Amino acid sequence: MLRAQHRRRLMAGAISMAALVLQPALALAEQVERSDTNMRVGATDVSHQVYDLHMFSLWICVAIGVIVFGVMFYSIFAHRKSRGAVAAHFHESTKLEIAWTIVPFVILIFMAVPATKTLTDMYDTRDAALDVQITGYQWKWKYSYPKEGVEYFSSLRTPRDEIDNLAPKGENYLLDVDEPLVIPAGKKVRFLVTAADVIHSWWMPDFAVKKDGIPGFINEAWANVPEPGIYRGQCTELCGKDHGFMPIVVRVLPEGEFNTWLASRKEEAVEERALMAQNFTMDQSMERGKGVYEKVCAACHQPNGEGIPGAFPALKGSAIAMGPMEGHIDIIVNGKAGTAMAAFGAQLSEVDLAAVIVYERNAWGNNVGDMLQPIDVANFKKGK
Amino acid sequence: MGADHHGPAKGLTRWLFTTNHKDIGSMYLWFSFAMFLLGGSFALVIRSELFQPGLQLVRPEFFNQMTTMHGLVMVFGAIMPAWVGLANWMVPLMIGAPDMALPRMNNWSFWILPFAFTMLSLTFFMDGGAPNFGWTFYAPLSTTYAPPSVTYFIFAVHLMGMSSIMGSINIIATIMNMRAPGMTYMKMPMFVWTWFITAFLLIAVMPVLAGAVTMMLFDIHFGTSFFSAAGGGDPVLFQHVFWFFGHPEVYIMILPAFGVVSEVLPTFSRKPLFGYSSMVYATASIAFLSFVVWAHHMYTVGMPIAGELFFMYATMLIAVPTGVKVFNWISTMFRGSMTFETPMLFAIAFIILFTIGGLSGVMLSLAPLDFQYQDTYFVVAHFHYVLVQGALFSIYCGVYYWLPKWTGHMYDETLAKTHFWMTFIGVNTAFFPMHFVGLAGMPRRIPDYSLQFADFNMLSSIGAFITGFSQLIFVVVLLKCIKGGKSATDQVWDGAQGLEWTVPSPAPYHTFTIPPQVR
Ligand code: HEC
Ligand SMILES: [Cu+2]
Repeated sequence: MLRAQHRRRLMAGAISMAALVLQPALALAEQVERSDTNMRVGATDVSHQVYDLHMFSLWICVAIGVIVFGVMFYSIFAHRKSRGAVAAHFHESTKLEIAWTIVPFVILIFMAVPATKTLTDMYDTRDAALDVQITGYQWKWKYSYPKEGVEYFSSLRTPRDEIDNLAPKGENYLLDVDEPLVIPAGKKVRFLVTAADVIHSWWMPDFAVKKDGIPGFINEAWANVPEPGIYRGQCTELCGKDHGFMPIVVRVLPEGEFNTWLASRKEEAVEERALMAQNFTMDQSMERGKGVYEKVCAACHQPNGEGIPGAFPALKGSAIAMGPMEGHIDIIVNGKAGTAMAAFGAQLSEVDLAAVIVYERNAWGNNVGDMLQPIDVANFKKGK
Repeated sequence: MGADHHGPAKGLTRWLFTTNHKDIGSMYLWFSFAMFLLGGSFALVIRSELFQPGLQLVRPEFFNQMTTMHGLVMVFGAIMPAWVGLANWMVPLMIGAPDMALPRMNNWSFWILPFAFTMLSLTFFMDGGAPNFGWTFYAPLSTTYAPPSVTYFIFAVHLMGMSSIMGSINIIATIMNMRAPGMTYMKMPMFVWTWFITAFLLIAVMPVLAGAVTMMLFDIHFGTSFFSAAGGGDPVLFQHVFWFFGHPEVYIMILPAFGVVSEVLPTFSRKPLFGYSSMVYATASIAFLSFVVWAHHMYTVGMPIAGELFFMYATMLIAVPTGVKVFNWISTMFRGSMTFETPMLFAIAFIILFTIGGLSGVMLSLAPLDFQYQDTYFVVAHFHYVLVQGALFSIYCGVYYWLPKWTGHMYDETLAKTHFWMTFIGVNTAFFPMHFVGLAGMPRRIPDYSLQFADFNMLSSIGAFITGFSQLIFVVVLLKCIKGGKSATDQVWDGAQGLEWTVPSPAPYHTFTIPPQVR
């Protein structure tokens, strides 16, 4: 019975997703004009301002370089002993000293004025049409739409084999995620950036947005992207082992499509909550748990459950994973303060929590054999 | 000591117990060179992994240990001790003093270092490996999420700090008290001036670094929450404290470089330094400004806009005194009578490449642009231009310049020039392309990258290997020069001015036991 229901839900999901994802995906082009040697012009008004300022200051620097090095190379050529140059004896000139203090100062003012204007624009986060909260985790992003009650994780989709050179690398190698952030085109979107563990930094070059996600604090940034499309960036603050493997992808949809997408995500969230009441069999739990484990836990505890000595403990044969259920649920739900083991109670649904615990207890030769249902996890949380 | 107090003691005890500024200077320089090779080998591991996209040689967790230890070893083990070594050797010789003011402390401040770095290196063999949170060790990655070895790292940083503080107290005491009669402050050689100012910077900021790591220690072991929001602290506080140390620290590494170049250029241009007093004032203003610009490393942490603007304007201002220096150097060369021995080549390369690093620094100072540059390879390119092509080049410049005075022999000029050109080609091949990949969007401190960055990364790696192996040429030059070679005159270079050139080559174990008279 559960199977059938599950399948029906999947089918419905698949069809609506196909309609929503595939069709726009065909139409949505990669919006980046990636340059291999220079900053991207980007997609927003602010990013254009930043690009122009970048080129402006670059050319000023080039001009200064040409003049300074020009004089120097002339001197190296003309005033060498081998050409019979005789050294002059001057060693001071107040006029010159004053000139080359004032001229650079004036040049700097010419750079500071547009920089101040652009910065003011970047900081003006007022009147946003939509708020998106972005939370950095080791090593994935969580995107939530607080007003709509929709939230989901976004993690690297590049297959392990491509990273380990066992398969040819695809076009968007390391720049692809399972679920991109989705925002509407032509609307001012405010990003509320934070983090759950260490500091991360959310960088979308095409929007000229880079903000650090700092645990316990919320930073603001914004973008108004006129063109629908797919935009790619990466985490830019060292955040541990897989810092290089937490890309950022944003799909900008025309407003209508965005609204449909958001509505369907809301529905899915409701359905997901409905699963709570169900009883899972061992096989179902193991299957679901394996998926959750590989997506969420394997980065630290490794796919084979053996961990990384000194950093992440092995779950294979672990006294906690094979010990009393209470203690096991506790460490997953509440984490362990002061370590990298986060409180997953806030990150995963009860369904996923139950499944991953069952999986750990019965995978890689662990053979406890007992079951745990979503409702048990919910009761555990309530008891707290 | 006893009877034979005019020559060095024999055997190991000479080095263990020595209070002689020349012995201690040599030990600092050898130690620094050893650390340079160690830190360089970490760099080669990094560049090997980045030779191609994909993970080939190392795992990400080890890669992070490599970037961290490369930075720590190069900054605290290679560049800083090299400067202290040069100061030990040359400051007394340049001001006509018989030795450093506090010779026993001098011995101690050196001998702390080998212990600090041995301990730091041994963390590789601990569970969880060596520090892996970057040389900037941002909390909470370096506290709650750090490997257990972080405690040893903290201890090592404390030791390095003590060594630096003692070293700088000694340099200040020497310069203030032991100048030869007639050597007024405004007659001091530029190298002495720049070190004098550097020493004050060190005394001011090393305790701040000590404070930062001590707060970390308390957060890790004693339940405080300086850097943890969960307990009422603030991770950004760490960055403020760190960069209050860290920004002056970059000037600590570069001010003595200004000094060396200001000595070498006049010698090989056969013309006095242009604008001596403005050089002194420029150095002092750079040092002063270095205390009020720290947050330009933190434009993306979400400071209020007023803070952003203050730090942006203050940072841009540094370009002014730095520009004065560059213009003065070029005016020194202008209408001189130049020859191009190895020290001069390094000095000229320093001016060009440091200026490139300075110009990219001006671009980085602009806060809105920094949002695109921050934590990308553009920053990596920038600080390698100022620290490798800047600080390291000027250390080589100084070493070649004074080597004949130390050994009494001229080094092999052809080999030395080969060393220069190979290094020059190597570092530019390694670091120039980093500007491009950085602008194109490659974050720093990643063990693997997307395909569009592949070509330039390969080029960078090739450059890094050329650089690395070219340093072996230097080893040959050095050993040959110590063993023998053409005898150096006392003057060594025909345009050289200053007290250090009035003593015999090699400089005897004790010099200026009777103070010279400066006109
Ligand atoms: C960011 C890295 C990280 C992730 C992701 C992570 N863990 Fe952990 N986990 C740790 C660390 C570190 C510890 C050790 C904590 C300590 O010091 O006791 C730990 C401990 C555990 C333990 C106790 C093991 C023992 O024998 O002490 C279990 C069980 C566990 N984790 C399960 C999970 C599950 C299930 C997931 C996925 C939902 C997960 N972890 C995800 C880092 C992680
Ligand atoms: Cu991150």
